[in-house]
Amino acid sequence: MTDNVNRSKRRLLIAATSAAGGVAAAGAGAPFVFSLMPSERAKAAGAPVAVDLSKLEPGMMMSVEWQGKPVWIVHRTKEMLELLAKHEGELADPGSSVPQQPAYCNNPYRSIKPEYFVVLGICTHLGCSPTFRPEIAPADLGADWAGGWFCPCHGSRFDMAARVYKGAPAPTNLIVPQHKYLSDGRLLIGDDSKGAA
Amino acid sequence: MKLLNELIGWIDARFPLTSTWKAHASEYYAPKNFNFWYFFGSLALMVLVIQIASGIFLTMNYKPDGLFAFASVEYIMRDVQWGWLLRYIHSTGASMFFVVIYLHMFRGLMYGSYRKPRELLWIIGMIIYLALMGEAFMGYLLPWGQMSFWGAQVIVNLFSTVPFIGEDLSILIRGDYVVSDITLNRFFALHVIAIPLILVLIVVAHLAALHEVGSNNPDGIEIKKHLDANGHPLDGIPFHPYYTVKDGVGAIGFLIIFCAIIFFAPDMGGYFLEFNNFVPANPMKTPEHISPVWYFTPYYAILRAVPPLFGSQFPGVVAMGVATVIFFFLPWLDRGKVKSIRYRGPIYKVFLTLFVISFLGLGVLGTLPSTPALTWVARVLAVVYFSFFLLMPWYTKIDKTKHVPDRVTSR
Repeated sequence: MTDNVNRSKRRLLIAATSAAGGVAAAGAGAPFVFSLMPSERAKAAGAPVAVDLSKLEPGMMMSVEWQGKPVWIVHRTKEMLELLAKHEGELADPGSSVPQQPAYCNNPYRSIKPEYFVVLGICTHLGCSPTFRPEIAPADLGADWAGGWFCPCHGSRFDMAARVYKGAPAPTNLIVPQHKYLSDGRLLIGDDSKGAA
Repeated sequence: MKLLNELIGWIDARFPLTSTWKAHASEYYAPKNFNFWYFFGSLALMVLVIQIASGIFLTMNYKPDGLFAFASVEYIMRDVQWGWLLRYIHSTGASMFFVVIYLHMFRGLMYGSYRKPRELLWIIGMIIYLALMGEAFMGYLLPWGQMSFWGAQVIVNLFSTVPFIGEDLSILIRGDYVVSDITLNRFFALHVIAIPLILVLIVVAHLAALHEVGSNNPDGIEIKKHLDANGHPLDGIPFHPYYTVKDGVGAIGFLIIFCAIIFFAPDMGGYFLEFNNFVPANPMKTPEHISPVWYFTPYYAILRAVPPLFGSQFPGVVAMGVATVIFFFLPWLDRGKVKSIRYRGPIYKVFLTLFVISFLGLGVLGTLPSTPALTWVARVLAVVYFSFFLLMPWYTKIDKTKHVPDRVTSR
């Protein structure tokens, strides 16, 4: 019997069956992989958040939750804004050339109104939430500290416009999310009238 | 007795019971010169059984839900009868698993157990180690404390640093844009069934490969070269009863230490159970100082030691990945003429000592907050760590080895 085997035909049939089986296996595997992607509910959880700024005193910070992440809003004082220009030489990206902010925040203050700064409180290194340290030259952060954020996880330092200092593990400045003013004292985070984020 | 023999005969005609027992225990010949370092293989198997048994009972009261997980662990600790014991067995078991595995791996380094013909045995063992790291990492999320949450946040974000596909990859792992209830739920599924199933299968493969090539020994001599009239190795003794009894002593010694930890220091001063994990997960606030559990800290220190290049943290992640994966290549990096440290020259001994110091040193640094000075220490130690592997083809070749005896020695 073995003498009559058409080996090339057998090889062809094995290859064809394997290819068809492989396509079927990939197709059957797809639903399992898609089930791991964010569900419709998870996608819908990113609705914009409205914030009342009237109770935010100068020099203070508040955090609100947006898409499960902390968003910080700082009411910067005049002194804080003046300090921003003084240490640009020590920053990794003082001019915010990496698009970590909407175009309307690509200015020295990285904000729409200089005094109100809105930023996503997630370190661009590995996603920790940095600590707000507005005081000048505290003992633990050194005499050069001009106020800003310090990431407790890996020691990244950011200034009062959340621009990262050189030599920090974080590669870029913190992200400024899309936002807009509904009125003078009310802010909407996650929507800038060009459509929600 | 006659009835029992008849029953065994009945089974043997239908299932390889006696032949399996003989092949893997009563007539599996192991070298007669095993020492202290050969306890850790069987201990690892025992800890695996302890973890599976205690884990099954924990799942009966644990709730994998972002709203209830933390409270259900506290419920196990306070209200479930003996629940505190089940949980402390499981949490202590996780740390002790790594203690045992690290000592088991160190044994392999000392006696050249990864060398030909045991390359595949070593590689399967390394796969077990990686699976164990995944298992431990996912298990650590389940209590849903601050360390669980932020630890997972950092580790999952490691994947987002991969160029081009990183962001999508991290979303695929989390199933969400942030670590959330969805992430907790899937890590639970992977922790309780997917990875344990794989672990058990590759442990079986590890033992199958071991029994195919036979055990190495502190002299690094192949005992199969000298056989007696029956074809058994002259320097071998049957695993049962000789090593079942010896390993039994090891198991008792281990359990004394294990129980002492469970009853007197279950959190081990914050190293086995970190204090911040007794605070419920809060996505809005990172704890002041976060660090992974001790068994990940050497790699974590390497991650932190590498500065960002080209505006990306990816090089650090690569260094950390290479630090674990490089073990796979040991069988081919080692060009020494002898296997065991007993017959190696001084250069290997110096390098192995430096490697152990760098591994422990990085482990300590990984638990500390990063300062510029400590980062430099970590960089030096990371260079030492990688030198052990990368320079190995060179220093094992030029090292002056001693004469290896024909037969195993007893000391």
